[in-house]
Amino acid sequence: MASPVKSPGHVAAPGIGGVGESPLRPDGTLKVAGEFAYASDLWMDGMLWGATLRSPHPRALIRSIGIGSALALPGVRAVLTHEDVPGRAMFGIDHTEDQPVLAIDQVRHQGEPVALVAADHPETARRALERIAVEYEVLEPITDPRAVVADPEGLKVQDRGGITRYQPVRVGDVDAVKGRADVVVSGEYEVGIQDQAFLGPESGLAIPAEDGGIDLYVSTQWIHNDLKQIAPCLGLREDQIHMTLAGVGGAFGGREDLSMQIHAGMLALHTGRPVKMSYNRYESFFGHVHRHPAQMRYEYGATADGRLLYADVDIVLDGGAYTSSTKNVVGNAASLGVGPYEIPNIRIDGYGVYTNNPPCGAMRGFGAVQACFAYESMMDRLGAACGLDPVEIRRRNAVTQGSRLATGQVIESPAPLAEMLTRLEAMPMPGAADASDLRNLPGGVSQTTHGEGVVRGVGYGVGIKNICFSEGFDDLATARVRLEVIGGEATALVHTAAAEVGQGLVTIQAQIARTELGVQKVTIAPADNQVGDAGSSSASRQSYMSGGAVKAACEAVRADLLALAERRLGRADLAVVGGKIMSRADGVLGTIEDVLGDAAIERTREYHHRPTTPLDPVTGQGRSHTQLALCVHRAVVDVDVDLGLVKVVELAAVQDVGKIINRTGVEGQIHGGTAQGLGLAVMEEIVVSDGLVRNPSFTDYLIPTILDMPPMRLEILENPDPEAPYGLRGAGEPPTLSSTPAIVAAVRDATGRALTRVPVRPEHIVQGGS
Amino acid sequence: MRVNLTVNGTEEAVDDVWEGESLLYMLRERMGLPGSKNACEQGECGSCTVYLDGVPVCACLVAAGQAEGREVRTVEGLAEGPPGEERLDPVQEAFVETGAVQCGFCTPGLIVQTHDLIGRNPAPSDAEIREALAGNLCRCTGYEKILDAVRLAAERKAVAR
Repeated sequence: MASPVKSPGHVAAPGIGGVGESPLRPDGTLKVAGEFAYASDLWMDGMLWGATLRSPHPRALIRSIGIGSALALPGVRAVLTHEDVPGRAMFGIDHTEDQPVLAIDQVRHQGEPVALVAADHPETARRALERIAVEYEVLEPITDPRAVVADPEGLKVQDRGGITRYQPVRVGDVDAVKGRADVVVSGEYEVGIQDQAFLGPESGLAIPAEDGGIDLYVSTQWIHNDLKQIAPCLGLREDQIHMTLAGVGGAFGGREDLSMQIHAGMLALHTGRPVKMSYNRYESFFGHVHRHPAQMRYEYGATADGRLLYADVDIVLDGGAYTSSTKNVVGNAASLGVGPYEIPNIRIDGYGVYTNNPPCGAMRGFGAVQACFAYESMMDRLGAACGLDPVEIRRRNAVTQGSRLATGQVIESPAPLAEMLTRLEAMPMPGAADASDLRNLPGGVSQTTHGEGVVRGVGYGVGIKNICFSEGFDDLATARVRLEVIGGEATALVHTAAAEVGQGLVTIQAQIARTELGVQKVTIAPADNQVGDAGSSSASRQSYMSGGAVKAACEAVRADLLALAERRLGRADLAVVGGKIMSRADGVLGTIEDVLGDAAIERTREYHHRPTTPLDPVTGQGRSHTQLALCVHRAVVDVDVDLGLVKVVELAAVQDVGKIINRTGVEGQIHGGTAQGLGLAVMEEIVVSDGLVRNPSFTDYLIPTILDMPPMRLEILENPDPEAPYGLRGAGEPPTLSSTPAIVAAVRDATGRALTRVPVRPEHIVQGGS
Repeated sequence: MRVNLTVNGTEEAVDDVWEGESLLYMLRERMGLPGSKNACEQGECGSCTVYLDGVPVCACLVAAGQAEGREVRTVEGLAEGPPGEERLDPVQEAFVETGAVQCGFCTPGLIVQTHDLIGRNPAPSDAEIREALAGNLCRCTGYEKILDAVRLAAERKAVAR
């Protein structure tokens, strides 16, 4: 098989360190040396460059596509349209298949792929795109998600109707108790479209194989689910595609849907040459789904002492033109719609709708983020109405182990929310900013005042996130572990299809192998489809799932090693401890190397978490989640109330991770998740009008810089979940939920403004409104 | 066109460069040096930061032809020592050891920028670190461990002096 010049290889995990320690990343040295093979770094002799023509319109009929002029350009090797798709014309995750590989007779969102070019140079490919003549009949886009809810048959982006999913949740009798509440508060909230803004652009290399198949090197979150979608569209069997994970420059949900995979495959099959595709930043904003924007209406009733009596909630999530993962996002928003609070009467109506706005799907927090902004804003409103401070109103209604969620699901493992809030409140507060240094003021060195209008505020936020896949999905992960003596030393080779996207899964896999097998030397094979499905690197699930699979495979290898030792040594009282074969009676009898000799032990194991159940379509009741995780944040901000500028001074967090597998790694997850929550709170939004994206660049779509991020204070709790490997609890997403409402609450505290929309903009602070 | 330049201490002549190509493209696609990263290609993210005649620049904003006759140093050229025995620069080591590397796509640019900062200012304050790295976006870490890495690298370099 031909390989690219730089290709993903085995990485040796350096040094020592089992579960609970913080060994170095196996891929760290390659990454700091500039040697790590990211998808956009792949290169092959004779390769072509692929490029994508995208729709400039959010909604239009396609009358004709003329490719002659593009094909005539010297250096152009192929121009392909929907007529050239070798297999099935449609694809989509979660078995929806409602998205055309290339637009057929209409386009449903700006940036929808219409045609492909392969050329010798990327600039030639770009020029060829300009020569493709597409005749559009432009239609009025459908852009108001609430209008679609009101008239789903009249406002149809898709033939299947306007509603992607409607999920109600019903507990008790909201109407019966409405008159009995001492305190009633209500609010309407809005969340703008957030972008994953991973730094490594969508990229990959497709190489035609001698057997008529294809070798694909791509950055993705889920190799096997990609394969299920790619193969039928390319007219290939799955076993004709050899798919390898190329280095992933961040993901955050944005690589769960396909981007260039089928397109590069089509161009490679058509030209018989390797084809590289790599989006630039502008194209990346159109090349992946975003976080769903949300419009939410909440009404809470409570007793005078602040105990929640009912919640009446309506959540509308705009999924854009195609289904993507909208159904599951709605499931999360509905099931977690009132957060980790005990409420006896609940009515939630969750909707996902189709529009001609930008397509939305998975992003870190997945439906729980949007609801969290609303329910936490409501808790502050309720606390104020009852005369209770933000911590006390939350503590008074907090769930704990044994509580029921809105879905009726009992929280079976520790959920010490009240204790977490108490710990958070007790953490030291930052001192006043030194206003003599402009860098400490909102706006930094751009500040034109001496801080006369700066007011400090403090706010709290709580979030609950489901870990692993929910609603009855058969969630599994596979690992293969091989133990043999290499160079005189027992070495474990760990092979999974699990996507390392930066989170540090490769580090954890090596730690687990060391702990379970007692070896020091561990090598991680590149992730590919030559081993079974690992599931997605999403839903904070890989430490749990692929971690569980590696642990199970190691246990099987260890059992075989002991059986071998018992046969060779003729005794049955053996154990493997720290790389040694021990007898209970006689201590150390030898090393793993002595017992293994030339033998190799290889075992593959599949790991499943406890089954979940679907949500009842009428009542929204069900044991839909396998694990739940809590994070709480306190934000301290300085706000220039005259200029509308916000400086987040400090973020403090308490999170329960069950068991710290790798402290450095889990701190990094909490820091990074918190940063993305800060982005949503005060700066990040894909601005859309009439279905068109107005800011597809890092000049206009702002993500937090090192000047925007404050110091973070963390307290990490370890209350184990007995169902999970080592008792761990998924950790990547929960901090993304709670940091947003904490920051907005702090800005409200400083300004007195209602601030019902994120991201908060300067005009909301100065002029009010939203 | 042909571009003559010195990259990581070696004189190079690069042929068939199209006039519209950036220094970043030339390094990555024509010279086998993809360590400098292509995250935004519009000078906003800093992931393509390289030294040009000793000054950190975004390689995406420099036309390949502008590098004619000049010296470029990339992340691949920071390790020092005889061939085959190169040792990572203390900045590179510190980034791995502190957990400042997650996906790593921003890392090469941050390392070059940090290398420059510590060269100019051996003991930067946190405010100075933040100011120097304000042009380098990271989406994974929230920057806390990047600050740790810069502090550690500065300490190590101070000890080595």
